[in-house]
Amino acid sequence: MPTDAPSPPLIRARGLTKRFGSFTAVDAIDFDVAPGEAFGFLGPNGAGKTSTMRMIGCTSPASGGTLTVLDMDPATRGPEIRGHLGVVPQQDTLDEELTVRENLVIYGRYFGLSRAECGRRADELLEFAQLTERRDSRVEPLSGGMKRRLTIARALINEPDVMLLDEPTTGLDPQARHLLWDRLYRLKQRGVTLVLTTHYMDEAEQLCDRLVIMDKARIVAEGSPRQLIEQYSTREVAELRFPVGVQETLDGQLAGLADRIEHLPDRLLLYANDGEAVAVAVHDRGLRPETVLVRRSTLEDVFLRLTGRTLVE
Amino acid sequence: MSAATAVATGQPRRSVPRAWHLIERNLFVYRRTWTIIVSGFFEPLFYLVGIGFGLGRLVGDVTGPAGQPIPYAVFIAPALLATGAMNGAVAEATFNFFFKLNFNRTFQSILATPLSVRDVAVGEIAWALIRGGLYAIGFMMVIAVLGLVRSPWAVLAVPAALLLGFATGAVGMAATSFMRSPTDFDLINIIVLPMFLFSATFYPIETYPEAIRGIVAFTPLYQGVALIRGLTVGVIGPEMLIHVVYLLAMGFIGLWVTSRRLDRILLK
Ligand SMILES: Nc1ncnc2c1ncn2[C@@H]1O[C@H](COP(=O)(O)OP(=O)(O)OP(=O)(O)O)[C@@H](O)[C@H]1O
Ligand SMILES: [Mg+2]
Repeated sequence: MPTDAPSPPLIRARGLTKRFGSFTAVDAIDFDVAPGEAFGFLGPNGAGKTSTMRMIGCTSPASGGTLTVLDMDPATRGPEIRGHLGVVPQQDTLDEELTVRENLVIYGRYFGLSRAECGRRADELLEFAQLTERRDSRVEPLSGGMKRRLTIARALINEPDVMLLDEPTTGLDPQARHLLWDRLYRLKQRGVTLVLTTHYMDEAEQLCDRLVIMDKARIVAEGSPRQLIEQYSTREVAELRFPVGVQETLDGQLAGLADRIEHLPDRLLLYANDGEAVAVAVHDRGLRPETVLVRRSTLEDVFLRLTGRTLVE
Repeated sequence: MSAATAVATGQPRRSVPRAWHLIERNLFVYRRTWTIIVSGFFEPLFYLVGIGFGLGRLVGDVTGPAGQPIPYAVFIAPALLATGAMNGAVAEATFNFFFKLNFNRTFQSILATPLSVRDVAVGEIAWALIRGGLYAIGFMMVIAVLGLVRSPWAVLAVPAALLLGFATGAVGMAATSFMRSPTDFDLINIIVLPMFLFSATFYPIETYPEAIRGIVAFTPLYQGVALIRGLTVGVIGPEMLIHVVYLLAMGFIGLWVTSRRLDRILLK
């Protein structure tokens, strides 16, 4: 959903800043999240994603700028705002002294739901998270993926309008990730607004309608995954890997082959609309890379372009 | 549901204060581990039997609150009632609170809901009081049956024990919020054990030289014991109000500090 959609933004930040002592973790960022969209914060470790999410979640006061969530000010109406949010923190905060089902039931109680309602929703969510068999198990022995699913289920107990998901799939195996993506996609279809952080570009591409790229406490770019790739990268990339020591000796030999060339420690990235043609041209110049890989541009390339660094080191 | 309608419908109306849900949570936990609670009930009983009746036989009568001689067991029973309530509340407010705060992330998850740090502090203190109160009620029934209660004013001894639990629990919780590691609990033991032994629990405060009396009288346990002993023995006086005010003030200060600390620790 574009920013200029008729409905007012669900979350609006202007000059939003977070400082820890003299250190600035979030430096005057602006963004809007529209109702029903999936909005992402993509960025490397320490970019300020979690700090931003915690301010939105009303568990961390902003140090500057303005923030409204559901048209309310977190500083004065935190409890009311939190009543409409479902929060999946970066690190699981499940109650280890309780069972799987109790975790859901008591969480519903915190939101002021009746006992009967909590029980009903807990059983539904156990199904949704595929944890019904483990309902009476303690939390501690669950696998990482199960804990993550339980955390997401728990965040849904109050039927939130907005889900805040801080790296929902970090540390999960591919199968568990795909299951979670599927669950999140279904939520989105039900009209739940998703706000998520990730440092996986494929996750951002899969899930986000729109995203901002954060680096060193600032937003460096904003748009849909496709827009960002079009704006900051070429359609394709040829990745060349040369034998050890050779890459450094190639100065000038690649000139004019591609729109742009990135030198990574272990490989060269040649950006062009036709990657195959580049690969052929490289060969024609008598260069013999060990491997050549032609692929489509991703958000990773956008990030590299914007910051000069790779996203996942 | 669109954002607008969601805001209009608001949150479900609550039938209970938000802090109550902390108690509900702890009930879930103790449904499985109730044996831990039961042990705290027997401790003062053992002291009563061993010291009150055993040693009491050698001691004979001691001077009661109004200078009258009373049997030794009658003298120490209210002190043990007070200590039991205090220990129950302090155990909950220090050790268990520390683990929830530092290792369990329970409070972090709770603060993502409409509950506030104050709800957490109030709920946890209330829970500590429930535990202390259970010990007080159980022990009260025992000493009533054993004939160690000398006055109908004793019905107020349980609320008085709760007041002591509130004061010591709240301050214990505030202190715990400053602790870095579980070894810091040795510090609490260093305070609680001598307080238990020396707060006119086992012998009248007049036993001390004048100078030391002032120090002893300043401990919350002394305040609680004096209050409760007056009630069970039936010596009522205006100085009891001072004990009540002292304990209330201590409790509210502890609660206030705890809320502030939770705010600093959890809502960075
Ligand atoms: N409570 C805190 N006190 C001091 N500094 C903090 C605190 N929380 C975060 N920071 C600092 O703020 C910066 C941003 O942290 P943040 O957790 O927001 O990053 P992030 O984008 O979520 O990173 P990651 O991908 O590793 O989760 C980091 O440099 C971090 O060290
Ligand atoms: Mg983070």
